[in-house]
Amino acid sequence: MFLINCPYCGERDQSEFVSGGEAHIARPKQPTELNDDQWAEYLFMRKNIKGIQFERWNHAHGCRKWFNVARDTSNDKIEKIYKMGEQPPKL
Amino acid sequence: MSKNLRINNKQFVDETRKLSFIFNGKKLYGYKGDTLASALLSNDIHLVGRSFKYHRPRGIMTSGSEEPNAILQIGNDDALTDPNVRATEIELYDGLICNSQNCWPSVKFDIGGINNFLSPLLPAGFYYKTFMWPASFWEKYEYFIRKSAGLGKSPTKQDPDMYDHRYMHCDILIVGGGVSGLIAAKIASDDNKKVLLLEDKELLGGSLIYDDNDISKIDNQKSSEWLKKLIENIKNDKNIIIKTRTSLAAYHNYNFLLARQNLTDHLSVNDRNNKIRQRLYKIRAKKVIISTGAIERPQVFHNNDRPGIMLASAVKKYIDYYGVRCGLENVIFTNNDSAYETALSLHKSGTKLNAIIDIRDNSSSEIVNKVKSLGIQIYWNHTVVNTKGYKRINKITIMKLNDKGNDVVGKKIELNCDCLAISGGWTPMVHLFTQSGGKLKFDNKDNIFVPDKTNLNQLSIGSAKGDFELDDVLKNSIKDTKKFLQIENSNFDKIDVKCSKEKEKKNIWLLPSDKPLSKTKPFLDYQNDSTAKDIKLALREGFKSIEHVKRYTTTGMGTDQGKLANMHALGIVADTTNTNMGDLGTTTFRPPYTPLTFGTIVGRNVGQFFDIFRKTPMHDWHVDNNAKFENVGQWKRAWYYPKDGESMHDAVQRESKAARESSGILDASTLGKIDIQGTDANEFLNRVYTNAWSKLQIGKCRYGLMLNEDGMVYDDGVTTKLGENHYLMTTTTGGAANVMSKLEDYLQTEWPELDVFLTSVTDHFATASVCGPNAKKIVNKIFKDLDLSDESFPHMSFKEVKLGNINCRIMRISFTGELSYEINVEASYGKYIWEKCIEAGKEFNITPYGTETMHLLRAEKGFIIVGQDTDGTMTPVDLQMDWIISKKKYDFIGKRSLYRSDTIREDRKQLVGLLTDDPNEILEEGAQIVKDENKKPVNMLGHVTSSYFSPTLKKSIALAVLKEGKKLKGQKLLVPMIDKTIKVTVSDTVFLDKENERING
Ligand SMILES: [Zn+2]
Repeated sequence: MFLINCPYCGERDQSEFVSGGEAHIARPKQPTELNDDQWAEYLFMRKNIKGIQFERWNHAHGCRKWFNVARDTSNDKIEKIYKMGEQPPKL
Repeated sequence: MSKNLRINNKQFVDETRKLSFIFNGKKLYGYKGDTLASALLSNDIHLVGRSFKYHRPRGIMTSGSEEPNAILQIGNDDALTDPNVRATEIELYDGLICNSQNCWPSVKFDIGGINNFLSPLLPAGFYYKTFMWPASFWEKYEYFIRKSAGLGKSPTKQDPDMYDHRYMHCDILIVGGGVSGLIAAKIASDDNKKVLLLEDKELLGGSLIYDDNDISKIDNQKSSEWLKKLIENIKNDKNIIIKTRTSLAAYHNYNFLLARQNLTDHLSVNDRNNKIRQRLYKIRAKKVIISTGAIERPQVFHNNDRPGIMLASAVKKYIDYYGVRCGLENVIFTNNDSAYETALSLHKSGTKLNAIIDIRDNSSSEIVNKVKSLGIQIYWNHTVVNTKGYKRINKITIMKLNDKGNDVVGKKIELNCDCLAISGGWTPMVHLFTQSGGKLKFDNKDNIFVPDKTNLNQLSIGSAKGDFELDDVLKNSIKDTKKFLQIENSNFDKIDVKCSKEKEKKNIWLLPSDKPLSKTKPFLDYQNDSTAKDIKLALREGFKSIEHVKRYTTTGMGTDQGKLANMHALGIVADTTNTNMGDLGTTTFRPPYTPLTFGTIVGRNVGQFFDIFRKTPMHDWHVDNNAKFENVGQWKRAWYYPKDGESMHDAVQRESKAARESSGILDASTLGKIDIQGTDANEFLNRVYTNAWSKLQIGKCRYGLMLNEDGMVYDDGVTTKLGENHYLMTTTTGGAANVMSKLEDYLQTEWPELDVFLTSVTDHFATASVCGPNAKKIVNKIFKDLDLSDESFPHMSFKEVKLGNINCRIMRISFTGELSYEINVEASYGKYIWEKCIEAGKEFNITPYGTETMHLLRAEKGFIIVGQDTDGTMTPVDLQMDWIISKKKYDFIGKRSLYRSDTIREDRKQLVGLLTDDPNEILEEGAQIVKDENKKPVNMLGHVTSSYFSPTLKKSIALAVLKEGKKLKGQKLLVPMIDKTIKVTVSDTVFLDKENERING
């Protein structure tokens, strides 16, 4: 079970958090302009990589804030935690 | 006790406290301090079980958690019996009852023993090969396997014991209270660290505490004496919390560990009352030190599994710790020096040692020289080629090894032997290290895997890291711990250690016999009966990966997780395939390291504490009025209110008739409620619902449908505009938390620019929903000053009124199709307002109705229930709810998906009504709908989602999802059931009051 350092509350047990999947997939501003393939790309396609993955986490049983996590999926090491809206770190 | 097996002794066994116990129906005695295994051995009982496949007699082999054979059923109570308990781990208590479990009908005469003679027919992969085909035979195979194999009985009654969970935090967690762990604990404590020390045995000290030879010395004292002083010191150390009888079950990432403490299992049954049986510690440690020690390896030779063949270290422990001789005609068979300590213990206790067989050419270490000086016969460069004795070993045959060690030469020598103490060297207990994700490296010198790389803040010390000689163990533990804790100096820096040093090493994974391999039984995994032959067969059949070999041969798959067998399996694979063992890699050890009881895992979360449940403020009234409840999410909702022994069907018919003909009342408090405020609240609603919200006026209510981005219906509910920038959204009962999370997600991540605040107020308000033709009269009786005229208070509107000091929010909205008022009050007034309504409605036969009637009433009107009529694959168009999709709005969640190529298909499943040809026939929800049941394979067109008998319409009605349903109105279709086929006609989804006249009373 991870220890996650919520940027608003500090280090807490993983059981307080929920994972929200891959980060940095912005909802298209003008969905009607997209063809089916482009919309499907946004809707369905997600990465599943071995290595550093950027993902969204929510402190559901805490401050309820969403934030971003850079996690190494090969060993679950959390390399970096940063707030929503911030750019992913270069790792 | 005919034989003299107890030695006068002993500091660890209290001979003044005699305990009785029953093994396989026979009453026997032992002492306080014994394990069940040592007590059995003191009664000259080795044979305790049968092996899994061949049902060979098996005896106690070890003195610890690696025990593969002595697995017993403890207790005979239906609720308290425990299967798969290792006799080597359980402490003896007065009145203990135990039975062998893997034998039928008895351990001494076992029908499955015939498998032993059939064993040429039961090779590796036998189960896979034989029982795979034909599939229909599986039931018969299963019966046979279960009857003759059976791994113990689980309790059949509820566990009456109490179990606990506790969180613990520490600077340094030390797993294993042997000498290296104790030293590390002291060093850490001296550095002012908070230490948690776990030891799975009753006493601290590991194997050094009963070490009694004169060769090992620490600071010029006998090593065990030195250790006792250290233990006393540690027990009085305030920085160190010690948990004994506590074994580590799992080592997870981020130094999160689970440990199980036995609190009562060593007590006689009468002394356990009202005590917690086991406690699970959930530990978060800043640093972890693993000092779990090492396990001795057996040797692999023909017939190496007979009762009486034991690990040499176990034979030593039974003598030195428990004062029990395991035999009177002992022979030691070894490939290393450590078994010579057993020789010294046997000699010192006056126990007969017939010979030592050593596969090495010679050894001249201090300890071996000492044994030589005692005149004990040592056969160098010899191996055991066979053993005799069916239920107990009585003779062994030995022969000389050739130069290469792959064959035997010369003549056979036969020796008397009722206890063969075997040692094949030592394997560090790296299980926890690998469980935590650590990577091992192979040490060619000792043929062991040792800890190498880890991502966690952890350290392995002592023999768990591969140090086996006392001076290495102590000096490296001190050095490594200091480095790990970044400490310059410790009180142990000047420690002086003397011990014997091993000089000669030799290892043969599979010892040769005078017989060809095919005629021998050299066992690797005692519990699963896999032999060296099986490994070779698997390799011949093309299995290469050690993980595959393991599964195919079932090596290491038992309850002991192959603690003894794995290294030999690897060694034989390496030898056979000419591979370096280090390149093969090891199999993965998974938690739990030692088995956990279910009770420990669930702790206090049993019975009513299994999950939390939520009650509405009116709950007690429902209970008092005989309601039956159903679980909706975590809520207990009133389901129906049977009167005078009514069936559910009768109650629902009565309740729904009353609601339609006069008045009904429903507790709607469980609906999710979200308070929405902010200058962009209206824009927010426009984005999350499919319909338009811009023109909604203050005091008005509107039904909304919420989609996922994929266009599928997610939730629905009525939202009321309370003020200019203030709304109250309702959600489905089960969806409330998810809707809240989803809305927060969009606000925080996609639309942070919106000025909107969300507050979950589900628990803050209670809701009584009064419906029916007389609803207006009833509400009028309560709120006398309120203008309830259709002009002032029309359908889909809202008023805020006071009842005394109570603020009431009344919404005129309807889920039943009847004139209906939902009265919301602060939760603490919920029961009050409910009782007010009941009282006011008495003259109108106001009838409380539950969720079942609510479902019926809304189905008559064709209103959907999200999650019942939808399943995450239905769009609003599929539901024939096109009217709720705004054409004008540029965007809302899920809009773009409504015209994907898949969602615009016309042959999607669509919501329809179904009427049975026989109006009294009620369809089963979930039943499949077909057109032609004779054309195979039968084409499934859809299924029934809601089905009821309508007392108002006096016929059965149903909702269903049906392929191309919109086009099929009026079509005759079939619903095949197990005993009949029901004829149905596709209809409109609205069955009652198509003109919506009833909502105006
Ligand atoms: Zn937080």
